[in-house]
Amino acid sequence: MKIHEYQAKRILGTYGVRIPRGDIAETPEAARAVAEGIGSPVVLKAQVHAGGRGKGGGIRLADTPQEAERRAREMIGMTLVTHQTGAEGKTVRKLLVEEALAADRELYLGVVVDRASEAAVIMASTEGGVEIEKVAAERPELIFKEYVPPWNGLLGFQARKLAFRLGLRGETYKQGLKFIAGLYRAFEGADASLAEINPLVITRAGDVVALDAKINIDDNALFRHPDILAMRDLGEESPLEVEASKYNLNYVKLDGNVGCMVNGAGLAMATMDIIKYAGGRPANFLDVGGGVTEDAVANAFRILVSDKDVKAALINIFGGIVRCDLIANGVVKAAREMRTKIPVVVRLEGTNVDLGKKILAESGLAFQAADGMKEAAEKVVAAVN
Amino acid sequence: MSILVDNGTRVVIQGITGGEGTFHTQRMQEYGTRVVAGVTPAKGGMKHLGVPVFNTVAEAVRAEGADASAIFVPPSAAADAIMEAADAGVRVIVCITEGIPTLDMIKVKAFLRGRASSLIGPNTPGIISPGQCKIGIMPGPIHAPGTVGIISRSGTLTYEAVEQVTKQGFGQSTAVGIGGDPIVGLKYIELLKLFRDDPDTEAVIMIGEIGGTAEEEAADFIRREFPKPVVGFIAGQTAPPGRRMGHAGAIIAGGKGTAAEKMESLRAAGVHVALSPAEIGTTLRQALS
Repeated sequence: MKIHEYQAKRILGTYGVRIPRGDIAETPEAARAVAEGIGSPVVLKAQVHAGGRGKGGGIRLADTPQEAERRAREMIGMTLVTHQTGAEGKTVRKLLVEEALAADRELYLGVVVDRASEAAVIMASTEGGVEIEKVAAERPELIFKEYVPPWNGLLGFQARKLAFRLGLRGETYKQGLKFIAGLYRAFEGADASLAEINPLVITRAGDVVALDAKINIDDNALFRHPDILAMRDLGEESPLEVEASKYNLNYVKLDGNVGCMVNGAGLAMATMDIIKYAGGRPANFLDVGGGVTEDAVANAFRILVSDKDVKAALINIFGGIVRCDLIANGVVKAAREMRTKIPVVVRLEGTNVDLGKKILAESGLAFQAADGMKEAAEKVVAAVN
Repeated sequence: MSILVDNGTRVVIQGITGGEGTFHTQRMQEYGTRVVAGVTPAKGGMKHLGVPVFNTVAEAVRAEGADASAIFVPPSAAADAIMEAADAGVRVIVCITEGIPTLDMIKVKAFLRGRASSLIGPNTPGIISPGQCKIGIMPGPIHAPGTVGIISRSGTLTYEAVEQVTKQGFGQSTAVGIGGDPIVGLKYIELLKLFRDDPDTEAVIMIGEIGGTAEEEAADFIRREFPKPVVGFIAGQTAPPGRRMGHAGAIIAGGKGTAAEKMESLRAAGVHVALSPAEIGTTLRQALS
């Protein structure tokens, strides 16, 4: 799950990571009030789930509270387009208003799960404020890594090594150690999959501060973090994806016109692939999962066809735990209720396949049956064209 | 022949009294798997589905000689269940549970280091040596005994491959789902080694998906040390970057882990790569002719 910068900073703050003074504002007046409280020039930062905000006008400076209010008026409600939002952009609803800091140096510090070593790795670099992937590709010697022992957590010497390699000295070094340790504890405590401070700044006064912060949470761990789950911002997600998540369906909207509904993530991806292979474009990824109920199937079908871009649908089920008759009943129910007009191609295989096919055939609805994935994909693509 | 499990394997079911545990234990028993015990804490002493239930895995191992386990416990307790099985000396641990936090799995993997247990999963359909032993949730009837080994990160896509292999007139020596999570137990390379050393496995089908670099590492191993024919398929050729496609492990991050990169690595290693998921069986036939 993605969370906003201000939410990430709140989490970091509770672990002793130093963050700029500031607060969230949803109105120009509130932005002014926050700026007054800070009492020095501020920076206003659009809170959307996307990077590259600065280039799109989503980060602006204000010298006075009056200016902060004016800037906020321009920013709230604006559509912010960055390289990560897609062409349609994202509507700005909230601003983070923070003290503007004079940075002496910009560094990078991040923690991520490394699959290859099966450990959390903490990475530091003297090259902050730019994309770390770019640094990794061009100047890999400027990235310092420490692999965290899973049962011990980050060890003292590891934090010291990183702090020295970042060139921290004196009081700044002491703050840096606290910062590094705090970031790791926040990563582990929040069950993050990524916790990134880019840039981490050393101010002219020598303080170590998280100027920006990004934390992604492991979805599998949300059951033990109700406080973080409450940070979910539905406004940042596509409405159909929000609807799908209510029924524990994995749905990702894509830009094609062939809707698909499949059981199992791998088969769902393969179904998208074979649609493309047959000359079509998938409109979505939709995995109904293993423990699906008839109602969830009906809802999946409803969500699938309520996407205006969908011109035909392919249902591809390989019954294992999921029984084909249950899927068939759910689909028939939803198709009747919605009076679906688009062509629907159904490929059933596995547990109770004959019963499932019978239910579809006897429904009186115009489903097209298909044998095998190839035939199913070709039929649905033919129906669109 | 087969790898890891066969008709001598004695299975304990962790979470046997739960809904899923009960349902799938029955399916495994029907298939002929030797389920010798169950474990549900505080329910020790009862009998369920004809087998004795114990409080701990260690007791099940001691009393019934269990050497493999299947785990059907909720995500919050599954990491602990894996470690309990390893501590009891269970040789093959199959964790079906989906949704275990990644940081828990990192601890589990560290715990398993230096122990003799092999972990399959989590978030896996399990392992099956057709006609001998099924530990998992896959539909039994689509399988047939034979000489093709299957390794896959997916569930239902594995069934698809199995069915195509069976329809082509081949069968499977063993089919293993390694699991769809970022951190899993046995991965491609460990399993390829087992298939290499199994005289009755003639060829291997390897089904991967976007995310991570496990397929690239496997390709490197195949090029250097795997003499048998390999057929590969990578799901997610049309997946956009940055979006989790169902499996926690299936996400293209920082431009890494795309299907195109993985397919290219496999091809360069001499793997017969099927472009379409419908061509896995026919690609195998060509590879073996």
